[in-house]
Amino acid sequence: MWKWLNSYADPERSYNLAGKMLPWFACLAIALIGVGTTWGMLYAPMDYQQGDSFRIIYIHVPAASMSMAAYMGMATASFIGLVWQIKAADWAAASIAPIGAVITFIALFTGAAWGKPMWGTWWVWDARLTSELVLLFLYLGVIALYASFEDKVLAARAAGILAIVGVINIPIIKYSVEWWSSLHQPATIKITEKSTMTGDMLYPLLINIFGFGMMIGALTLVRFRAEVLARNGMRPWVRELAKAEAAK
Amino acid sequence: MQFDSFAAFLDMGGYAFFVWLAYGVTFGSLGILIIHSLGQKRRVLIEISKKIIREERLKESRGNKS
Repeated sequence: MWKWLNSYADPERSYNLAGKMLPWFACLAIALIGVGTTWGMLYAPMDYQQGDSFRIIYIHVPAASMSMAAYMGMATASFIGLVWQIKAADWAAASIAPIGAVITFIALFTGAAWGKPMWGTWWVWDARLTSELVLLFLYLGVIALYASFEDKVLAARAAGILAIVGVINIPIIKYSVEWWSSLHQPATIKITEKSTMTGDMLYPLLINIFGFGMMIGALTLVRFRAEVLARNGMRPWVRELAKAEAAK
Repeated sequence: MQFDSFAAFLDMGGYAFFVWLAYGVTFGSLGILIIHSLGQKRRVLIEISKKIIREERLKESRGNKS
């Protein structure tokens, strides 16, 4: 099995595999986010306390939960890259970082735009908000470290260690609303018990969460392919692609 | 449908500014990210092709000297 798996660590094969997977991820992402957002904006019932302002939930919660999931994905890829020296895993981690940073920014911004009408303030320095801000800085740190070394093997190692150490922040974000008193509400969607939300509101939310996941997957594949090309500029198959692109 | 008219939809029960600000910034930043990501491959390949041309020129000038 290891031999079979290792063959996918070959740059050309992983480049082609990513290309084959891309349309599936992209189509699913567009369809799910389209359905989820339309359903949430037009058909989900109004919240009896928050009115229509609660509709921000359909981007805020998907962005926030996926910002953590993307981080775990990035840290896992970094771990694989560090332990088994698989370069393709390092490239995948480097591809996820900028996407995760944008998603985290969206989670923070939509949270602020929701906090202003509901809490009366754009920002408070409480545990949930602060730890999510730390997540944004972790992403930016990984991006900066990876960019600051000319030798990308070294760069991936430095950025990978930061990414792995930063995993400690993920449970802090997740449980911050239970461990400390916060303006932020605790989790609404529960896996083990019944969610404290009616189905009409919940289904579009779940669809959008899944849609954001697919979108992050699609963008990761796009950036991964470009990263593979950038790191393999000396290989004949990449040179052929470069010549074809320049001739266009 | 939760809204009686298009105007009511745009008004978002009085929360228009906050809701549309959130959605606008979200899809705006996602749009920038998507366009940047899609353009990356072309930028990388152009960079590599420039390098190839440089190398070939270097090889040529070396060949002329000897």
